Amino acid sequence: MIAATSPPAAADLYLPEPATVVSKTLLTATEMLFELRLDSGGCLNHMPGQFVEVTVPGAGEAPVSICSAPGRDGLFEIVVRRVGRVSAALHDCRAGQKLGIRGPFGTHYPVERVMKGRDVVFVAGGIGLAPLRSAIHYVLDHRGDYGRVTILYGTRSPLERMFLDELADWSRRQDVDFLQTVDRADASWRGDVGVITKLVPEAGIDPARAVVLACGPPIMYKFVVVSLYAVDVSDSNIYVSLERRMKCGIGKCGHCQINGLYACLDGPVFNYADIVHVQEAI
Amino acid sequence: MSIKKLDRVALDDWVEALIRDHNVCGPQVKGDRFVYERLGSAADLRLDHDVTILPPKKYLLPPAEVLLRFTRGGLFSSELAPEPLVLFGVHPYDVAAIAQMDRYFTQDNPDAHYRARRMGTAIVACDVQNASEDVFAACMGAATVRGGFDLLLTLVGETYVVESRTLAGDALLASAGRLADADPVSLGRREQVWLDAEKLLRRRRLRCRPEELPALLERSYEHPVWEQKSRACFSCGSCVMVCPSCFCFDVQDDLGWDLTSGTRQRRWDGCLLTDFAVVAGGHNFRKQRRERYRHRFYRKGKYLRERYGFVACVGCGRCVVACTSGIASPVDVYNALVEGQ
Repeated sequence: MIAATSPPAAADLYLPEPATVVSKTLLTATEMLFELRLDSGGCLNHMPGQFVEVTVPGAGEAPVSICSAPGRDGLFEIVVRRVGRVSAALHDCRAGQKLGIRGPFGTHYPVERVMKGRDVVFVAGGIGLAPLRSAIHYVLDHRGDYGRVTILYGTRSPLERMFLDELADWSRRQDVDFLQTVDRADASWRGDVGVITKLVPEAGIDPARAVVLACGPPIMYKFVVVSLYAVDVSDSNIYVSLERRMKCGIGKCGHCQINGLYACLDGPVFNYADIVHVQEAI
Repeated sequence: MSIKKLDRVALDDWVEALIRDHNVCGPQVKGDRFVYERLGSAADLRLDHDVTILPPKKYLLPPAEVLLRFTRGGLFSSELAPEPLVLFGVHPYDVAAIAQMDRYFTQDNPDAHYRARRMGTAIVACDVQNASEDVFAACMGAATVRGGFDLLLTLVGETYVVESRTLAGDALLASAGRLADADPVSLGRREQVWLDAEKLLRRRRLRCRPEELPALLERSYEHPVWEQKSRACFSCGSCVMVCPSCFCFDVQDDLGWDLTSGTRQRRWDGCLLTDFAVVAGGHNFRKQRRERYRHRFYRKGKYLRERYGFVACVGCGRCVVACTSGIASPVDVYNALVEGQ
């Protein structure tokens, strides 16, 4: 994995760059999509899977995955679930509100190296779709560079599904296999019911060609990996994104340590072979 | 860069001269113990201290430190103007710990705030004259130091040998006036002080070499000592707060009374504290005391050693004193692992 390059020694890596909320869109009852722009007019220069530290002045700073593919127009997107002080303050922001951004930080999905020419399988659980979306958009933007593209998406209920327009687009596309399931259906739901692992055997994964990118809650990885083993996918062909409390983003504060690894430097995207024996990882 | 000699009167005069020109902090009496405080008079300086309650870490990574100022309108500015400082009388194990902090904070993503404080700090080290009860610095290779200071003071009989290693050290020593060069007899006695320190600073004995700790820990993850010892842990974090080799911190915003501007501060934090590994939504990645307790000894003996090349324990024994439950001693824990193989 390639970590973000270090700025010169004189720079204060804790100093956020001013940014502005361009727009916000409610995705579910608790998840909000924000479109942001750096006030410098510069590009964020991120890769899919990386994260930024977002400051809401007065509320604090929190690590958030970037959910858009690298763009040329200086805009980027994040999804924030309303769970704490900073995320609640973010939800209350209006368009035009000033924020601070540090980053991008951490490792990214190997969209340019390992994944090129291979089949790509995305396994998204709940809000895990947000970080994966940056890679999904990247792959679909360069569709000819990859083999079969499969997207598996599981949420607890139909109402928790995000990006409904995009889900509809993926299910229409001939060059994408899209499967989704919910743990608990409601009256409106006509699709699959059950946890996401039930989709894995239905996806027709070719273990010799596929690279699997999984993102979801810690418990999901335990079961998804077992279901991937069942169709002969090996550890080195699985990438996971691990959440920890990345307070500083630069390997100093100690909060995001996973045994000897740092989620902010060695992750958040890990090759599963590198963490399968790391006790605190999954 | 020279080696000089000065008697106790000359030392006092020199310290008074330094106090006039600099912000000098050194070990002083507080109750029945010692602390680093700003020196008002040479008479307050206690170079015969055994160990201070807090290490000089508090000057380079303050317990609370403003990183930046912000306005709610989205303006951010770094707070980077620390007061220059002379740390006077720093024991070798604390010099070793500062060298670890230098490695940790100034290389790979350098920390501008640490760097600014460190660049403005001169270190006058002092060889140990009285050992504390729980010290094991000699087991950690930190009973004496060969570098990482500007000046090194060593008491030989009734006089001090003072060695300058840097231009900053030369400049500080210049205010002592004309000093005699250290004679061969004094230098010989200094060698003996260093040899004696290897015995003096070994009140507790580690039954392995520090460089063996990563391999020892590699096979001890499920050792019963983690559960046995951590049952008595209050998760108070005292062991990490007093540790010269614990650098973890939390960052919080404080909004001012005007509600339009504020400061972002970092404060000491520690992996023994209950919520250290809690993420948004409340999940705690180290919920059990056993997991937090074990993490501290793994970070010190294995993780930082593998990443940065140092074992993050210099054998000062402060954690042993600070721990109410008597479970914090790295010597006891690592020896239990050695025995339990």
